[in-house]
Amino acid sequence: MIEESVESRFIIGFTEEQKVIRDTIKDYADHVIRPKVMEFDEAQEFPLAILKELGEMGFMGILIPEQYGGSGLGYVEYALIIEELAKVDPSIALSVAAHNGLCTNHLYLFGNEEQREKYLPDLASGRVIGAWGLTEPFSGSDAAAMKTTAVKESGAWMVNGSKNFITHGTYADTSVILAITNKEKGKKGISAFIAGRNYDGYSASKKENKLGMRASDTAQLSFMNLRLPEENLLGNEGEGFIQAMKVLEGGRISIAALSCGLAQGALDASLKYSSERVQFGKSINSFQGIQFKLADMETNINAARLLTYQAAVAKDNGQPIHDIAPKAKLFASEIAEKAASEAVQIFGGYGFTKDYPVEKFYRDVKLLTIGEGTSEVQRIVIARNLAQE
Amino acid sequence: MNIAVCVSHVPDTTTKIRIAADKQNIEQQGVSYILNPYDEFAIEEALKLKEKNGGEVVVISAGGETSKETIRKALAMGADRGVLLKTNGFVDSISLAKALAEEIKSNGSEIVLMGKQSIDYDNSITAQAAAEILGYGCVTVCVDLKIDGTKVIAEREIEGGREVVETSLPVVISAQKGLNNPRYPAIKGIMEAKRKPIAEKDAALGKVHTVLSELKLPSAKNPGRIIGTDSSAVPELVRLLREEAKVI
Ligand SMILES: Cc1cc2nc3c(=O)[nH]c(=O)nc-3n(C[C@H](O)[C@H](O)[C@H](O)COP(=O)(O)OP(=O)(O)OC[C@H]3O[C@@H](n4cnc5c(N)ncnc54)[C@H](O)[C@@H]3O)c2cc1C
Repeated sequence: MIEESVESRFIIGFTEEQKVIRDTIKDYADHVIRPKVMEFDEAQEFPLAILKELGEMGFMGILIPEQYGGSGLGYVEYALIIEELAKVDPSIALSVAAHNGLCTNHLYLFGNEEQREKYLPDLASGRVIGAWGLTEPFSGSDAAAMKTTAVKESGAWMVNGSKNFITHGTYADTSVILAITNKEKGKKGISAFIAGRNYDGYSASKKENKLGMRASDTAQLSFMNLRLPEENLLGNEGEGFIQAMKVLEGGRISIAALSCGLAQGALDASLKYSSERVQFGKSINSFQGIQFKLADMETNINAARLLTYQAAVAKDNGQPIHDIAPKAKLFASEIAEKAASEAVQIFGGYGFTKDYPVEKFYRDVKLLTIGEGTSEVQRIVIARNLAQE
Repeated sequence: MNIAVCVSHVPDTTTKIRIAADKQNIEQQGVSYILNPYDEFAIEEALKLKEKNGGEVVVISAGGETSKETIRKALAMGADRGVLLKTNGFVDSISLAKALAEEIKSNGSEIVLMGKQSIDYDNSITAQAAAEILGYGCVTVCVDLKIDGTKVIAEREIEGGREVVETSLPVVISAQKGLNNPRYPAIKGIMEAKRKPIAEKDAALGKVHTVLSELKLPSAKNPGRIIGTDSSAVPELVRLLREEAKVI
C-alpha cells in the first residue's frame, strides 16, 4: 500500500518491467532477508548464501550486458533495487552496491574484451564476489595520496602496499585495486589492476568491527610482493585514478538510492509504530509534534528520491552526472541520517533497543555520509563545479 | 507434457479491506494486487514438472485487464504463455470452473494445477468443479506430487496427518503450502515475460449457481482477556488456547 502512494506522488513514471523488478526484490527482501536481519547484524555474519541467491536471480550483474552474463539494465533499475534492499537491510544493500557498482562495473567499463570475458560472467552471476580497493590507511578522501606501488619487473607487476576498509575484502575472489605505477606523475601515475585471493602475496586481514553495516564484510587487504601478470592492468597505465573517479561517480547514485531506501524504511517503521503506541490516551501520531517529524521525513525522502532518479535517468541517457550525482548523494545521505534519528525519537526508549528495526537504521546510516566520498568531499565537488560555471 | 496452471489476481494479504458503497466490491483505492499465494505453489510445481519432462506450461487466469500483471508474474517465473479469460466483477465459482475447463480442454492439458483456494473469495471449489466438468481425476490440498508416466502419486494434507493417494492422468491438482518453495522470478525471466504471448478471450462462463448479494466486514474483534498474572493461570491459558482459540 505504501508502494502505491509512493508511486502516485512520484513524478518519474516507472515502466511495467521496472515495477516488476522492484516488486520482486521487495518480495525477496521482505520474505527472505527481513527475518534474518538482526541475526546477521549481531553475529556480523556476511550473508554469502543470500548474495549467491541474488546472483542467480540476476541482481549481482545489474549493469552488465547480457553477453557477459549480466542483466543488461540501467541505473534507474539499479537504484530501485538498492532502494528496496535498503528498506529492509542496508548492509546487504551496501554489499550488492559495492559488488555491482564498484568492482564489477570497473571491470566492465575499463576492461578489454579478454578481461571482460574472463571475469564478468562469474561476477555478474554472483558465483564470484568482487571487491574494489582504493582507500588506504593513510589515504581516504585524498585518495591520490595512496602508497601502494606496482613496479614492472620482467613481464609482471610487483605490487606492495595495503588497502583499508575494503568491502568484501575477506570474501572476494576477484578485486580491482589501485596502485602507483609512476610516483612523479601524481594522479596520472596511478593504475588499476585485477587482483584476487588466488595470487601469492595477496591477503585479507583485520575484519573491521563496525558501528553499523555489520553484515557487510569490511577488511584490510595486504600485498606483499604480489606478482600480477602484465595482462591484469586495466586500461592504460596512468589512467587508474580517472577510472576510479568515474566508477565513484556512478557509485554515488547507488549510495543515494541506499539512503532513500533506508530513510523510507525508517519512515515506514515510524508510521506503523506511531499509529500503535498510545500515550495520554491517544495514539502518538495524533500529536502534532510527532506528525511534523513524519511530514519532514516524507518531504525529505521525496526530494532525495527526485535527485537520485534525476541522476539515474541522466546516467542512463548518457548525460554527464558529475554535477547531479554528488548532490543526490549528499542530500539523500544527510536526510537519511536525520530520518533515522527522528525514527528512534518517535520510538522513544523502544527505539533504543534492538527489538525494533530503527536502532539498526540509526547505526547503519552513518556510513552513508562517509563512504564513497564523505559529505565534505561531496560539498567540495559541488562547490568546485559551481566555481567552474 | 502439456500443463495448465490456473491463477488468480487477488488483493495483497496486508490490504485493509473497505467495502464499496454498492456492497458488491471492495474499495480499490490503495489496494495492490498480487498473484494468489497458493497459485505460486501450483506454478512452481508445473515448472518443476516441465524441467523434468519437457513440455509447455500455459497460465490461465479469469479476470479483468489487470489480471495480466499476475499472468506476467507467472510468465516471469518461467511459464511459456498466458491466456486471459475476460470476466467482469464477481463470478460464481462453478460457472468460472466451466470457463477454465473449456480453455483447458481446447488446450489439451493433461495436468492441471491451481492453488487450493483463492485468498479473495476463499471458496476452495474451483479445482474440484473443473475436474468434474472435465472428467479428470482430482487431488486437493496437495503437499507432495510424483508423476511417473501416467501414474500420479500425491500426498494430501488432512487433519493431523497426510493421506497418500494414487490416480492417473489426466488430473487436476490443487496446491497447498508445503508442496514446494516457489522460486522468485529472475531479472532475465522478467525481461523475457514481456515477449511471451498472452491470448485474450471472453470467458465462456457456465450457468450461474450463486450470486453475490452483499459483502460485509466481520464484526470487530473481542478485546483481549487477562486470565491471571502468575503461573497458576497457565493451565487455564493452555485450555483456552486449545479449546477456544484452537491454535495448539
Ligand atoms: C563500511 C565501509 C566500507 C567501505 N568500503 C570501501 C571499499 O569497498 N573500497 C574503498 O576503496 N574504500 C571503502 N571505504 C572507505 C571510504 O571510502 C573512506 O572511509 C572514505 O572515503 C573517507 O576516507 P577516510 O575514512 O580515510 O577519512 P578521511 O579522508 O581521513 O576524512 C576524515 C574527515 O576529514 C574530512 N576531510 C578530509 N579532507 C577534507 C577536506 N579537504 N575538506 C574538509 N574536510 C575534509 C572528511 O570529510 C572526514 O570528515 C569504506 C569505508 C567504510 C567505513
